[in-house]
Amino acid sequence: MGSYIVKRLSLTVPLLFIISLLTFVLINLSPLDPAVVVLQAQEIPEITDELIAETRAELGMDKPFIIQYLNWALDCLRLDFGDSYVTGETVWSSIAPAFLNTLKLTFVSSVCIIVLSIALGVICALREGKIADRSIRGISFFLTAMPSYWLASIMIWYFSVKLDLLPTSGMDSYKSYILPVIVITVSYAGIYFRTVRSSMISNLNEDYVLYGRASGLSEKKITMHILRNSLQVAISIFCMAIPIILGSTVVIENVFAWPGLGRLSVKSILSRDFPIIQAYVLILAAAFVAFNTFSDIVNAAMNPKLRKDI
Amino acid sequence: MRTLKNLSRDRLAIASLIVIAITIVAGVFAPLFAPHDPAEVNMKLRYASSSWEYALGNDHLGRCILSRIIYGIRPSVLWVLVALILSVFIGAVIGFISGYFRGKTDAFLMRICDIMLSFPGYVMTLAVVGILGAGLENILIAFVVMKWAWFARVIRTSVMQYAEMNYVKFAKASGIGHWRIMVKHIIPVTFADIAVISSGSICSMILQISGLSFLGLGIQAPNAEWGMMLNEAREVMFSRPELMLAPGLAIILIVSAFNFVSDALQVALDPKLTTSNASLQEEEGKQPVYEYIRS
Amino acid sequence: MNILEVEHLKLWDANRNKVIIHNSSFHLKQGSCLAIVGESGSGKSVTCRAIMRLNKAWIRQSGDILFKGENLNHLTEKEMRKRRGKNLCLILQNGMRAFDPSCVVGVHLKETLAEHFGWSKSETEQRMKKAMESVMLKDPLEIMNKYPHQLSGGMLQRVMIALAIVLEPDIIIADEPTTALDTISQYEVVEQFTKLRERWGCSMIFISHDLGVVKKVADDVLVMKDGVIVERGNIHAVFSEAKHEYTNYLVSSRLALSSRFKKIMGEEM
Repeated sequence: MGSYIVKRLSLTVPLLFIISLLTFVLINLSPLDPAVVVLQAQEIPEITDELIAETRAELGMDKPFIIQYLNWALDCLRLDFGDSYVTGETVWSSIAPAFLNTLKLTFVSSVCIIVLSIALGVICALREGKIADRSIRGISFFLTAMPSYWLASIMIWYFSVKLDLLPTSGMDSYKSYILPVIVITVSYAGIYFRTVRSSMISNLNEDYVLYGRASGLSEKKITMHILRNSLQVAISIFCMAIPIILGSTVVIENVFAWPGLGRLSVKSILSRDFPIIQAYVLILAAAFVAFNTFSDIVNAAMNPKLRKDI
Repeated sequence: MRTLKNLSRDRLAIASLIVIAITIVAGVFAPLFAPHDPAEVNMKLRYASSSWEYALGNDHLGRCILSRIIYGIRPSVLWVLVALILSVFIGAVIGFISGYFRGKTDAFLMRICDIMLSFPGYVMTLAVVGILGAGLENILIAFVVMKWAWFARVIRTSVMQYAEMNYVKFAKASGIGHWRIMVKHIIPVTFADIAVISSGSICSMILQISGLSFLGLGIQAPNAEWGMMLNEAREVMFSRPELMLAPGLAIILIVSAFNFVSDALQVALDPKLTTSNASLQEEEGKQPVYEYIRS
Repeated sequence: MNILEVEHLKLWDANRNKVIIHNSSFHLKQGSCLAIVGESGSGKSVTCRAIMRLNKAWIRQSGDILFKGENLNHLTEKEMRKRRGKNLCLILQNGMRAFDPSCVVGVHLKETLAEHFGWSKSETEQRMKKAMESVMLKDPLEIMNKYPHQLSGGMLQRVMIALAIVLEPDIIIADEPTTALDTISQYEVVEQFTKLRERWGCSMIFISHDLGVVKKVADDVLVMKDGVIVERGNIHAVFSEAKHEYTNYLVSSRLALSSRFKKIMGEEM
C-alpha cells in the first residue's frame, strides 16, 4: 500500500507541471496586451508606447518566455500569485479568503450530497422497480434538467422575499448556508444517487450475494457486503465530485452574493484582471488533481485488486 | 434498425424527439415563427401580462417574450449543437485513430487527453472566457477545447471494443484496407455509442451556456438568450417573479427532452438495461458523471 | 428413504408472465447423488435455487419441496435462512465471484460459521484448517487471509467444499462446480466430490452439462430441456440406452467434447 501511494503521488508531479505551464500560456493567448490592460485598469488617460514598454518591463514581460514562466512558477509555489491589475493588491490577499469561503460552502454541500445520494441510492436499489424507486428517479430527472440558478432565484423569491425566513444573500450566519446548500445539493444529488443506485444493483446480482444467502448469512450482513463493494465506486466519484462542485459553485455564488472564488472570478473576468484568473485556474486545477489522487488512493485502500494496476 | 424499433416503442422518447425537432425548426426559421421583432422596444407595454398579441407577455422593455424565447433558441440550443458536433467530430477522429491503430500513437494521444481531462471543465471554460473576453463565440470555443478529449476517450473505448471483434480481425487478416474497414465495419457500430454520449452531454452544455449567459459572460444584449433573459428577469425578481417562468421552463423542457432521448437511446442500444439484471459497466457508468458539470 | 422430495414444482417469471419450470417432480435418496443435466437455459440452476428459495423475487414458485418431511415452501424466511448452509449447502460455479472481492476469503467462512454455530475465531480457524487440509489445500491459514483474486478458481472451489465439510449439511447442491475450471483443476475438484460422498455419504444434487463428470459422481440423473424433465433414472441405464432423443443427442455430442477430460479420468472410469 505504501509503495502504491508513493507511485501514485509521483504521477501527479508531471501533471502539475503541465497544468502550471498551460495556465501560464493561457494568459499569453489573450488578444489583449496585459500591459495595456494594466494601464487601462489604472485609468491612465493617455496610453503611450513608452508607458506600455515601461509596464512590460515592470511585469517582467521583456524577459524570455522560459524565464518568465520559471519566475512565475517559483513565485506560485510560495503562494505569491502576483498583484491584481485592478486593485494593485496581492492576488493572495483577495483569493485566500474567497477560497476559504468557497471551501466552506463546498464542504457543507458535499456532505449533504454524499449523505443524500447514498441514502436515496440505497433505498432505490433495494426497492428497484417499485413506486419509491420510480418516483425518486422521476423527480431527479426533472431536477437535473433545471438550471440551478433558476431554482436558486425561485427559492430566494419564495423563502426570503415571500416568507421572509432566510437571508437573500451574503454569508452572515448559519442561515445564509441553507439556501445555497439546498440548491447545490438538489442539483448534484440527482446525478450522484444514480451512480450509487446502479452500482448497488449490479452488486445485488453478483454471485457473492447469492453465495452469502445460500450460506445462511443474515440480510444485514449481506447488505453490509453489498454496501462495501458498491460504495467503492461511489466514493471515487464523490472524491471527483468535490472539485467539480468547487469549480461550479460559480453561478450559485453569484446568485446568493456569496463572497467566494466564483464571484471573485466572474468579477475578475469582467474587469480582465488576469493574475486573479490565472491564480483561480491554477488553484482549482491543482485541487482537482489532488482530489483525483486522493480518490485513487482511497479506492486502492478499499479494493486490493487496484493496487497492482500502476 | 432494432435500435430504432426499440426507440419507437418508448412514447416518452418519441415525444422528446418531437419537442427537440420543433425547437430546432423554430430556431432555424425564427423569423417565420416569431410574432414580433425580438428587439422591438415598446415602453408602453412594460411588464404587460399575456395577451392575444403577446402570448407570453412583455419584458421590462416591453419586448415580446415569446419572440425572444424563439430567437433565443439560436444561441441557447442551435449554437450549442454546433459546438457539440464540432467537438464530437474532433473527438471521433482522435478516438478512431487511437482505438484502431493502438500502439504509440494511442499512448501519445491518450496522454494528451488525460491532461485535458485533468482540468476541471467548468473552470477552464471560465478561464478561456476570461482570457478571450465575454461572448458567445468564446464560450463555444471553450466548449470545443474542453470537450473533445472526453469524447475521444469514450469513442476510443468503443472503437477498441469493436476492433477486437472477430469479424473485424477477419477483415484485417483478409487484407481489406484500414479505411474500408473503418467506414464499413466500425463507424456504423460505434455511431450508436457516439449518439448516446452526445445526447447526454448536450444537456450539460445547454445548462452551462445558459449559466454563463446568466452571469453576463455569454451573448451580449440586445440579443435574446434564455440565460440572459433570466438574468434580466432577476433584476426585477422581487416585483415581477413571473418573468423568470418562460425562459426557465424553456430550458427545463429542452434539457429534459435531451435527457429522455439519451436515456431511451441507452436502453434501446442495450436491452439488458430494461431487465433487472442490468450490470452497468463501471467504466462507462461513471464517466458521464464526471462529465456532468452543472451550471 | 428420500431426504428430499420435490412435487409439482412450478416456476414462473412474474415480470414477463413466462413459465420457466412447468411441473417438476423428483426425489433424492438419502446418501445418493442426483445429477441434473441439460443445456444452459434448460432450468437446472433455477430448479436448485428454488429448492433453497434463492431465486430472484420476481421468479415465483409453487408446489411442494419436502426436506425430511418438512415443506420448505411453507417455511418463513427466517426459518429458511437457518436451513441454508446448515442443512442445504450450495456450491457455485465461479469461485472467483462467489466471495466478496473486497474481503479476504476467511471473512465469509467466519461469518457463516459464526451464524450457524456461534464459534469463536480460533475454533473456526481450527476446523476450517482441518477441512481445508482434507481437500488438499496447503497453508489453509494463508489462504484464509488472501483475497479471492489472489487465488485460483480451483482453489476457491475447494474452499467452498471445505466449508461444506465443516457445515456437514444434509444435502450439498453443486451448481456446475467444474464448468469454470481448467481440466486439471476439474479433475481435482471432482476428486473431492467423490471423496466427500465416500467419506460421509452425504446426499448431493450435482448440476452439470459435462456428462463425463456426471458419470463419475452421480447415481441417478435427470435430463432437462426447456424446463421439462425429459428423462430420468439410473445414470448408467440412462446413458447406455437413452429413451429420449434429446438425451441421445447430449450423450453423443458431449462425450465427444469431453474426451480430453476422459483421457485424464480414463483409468478410473
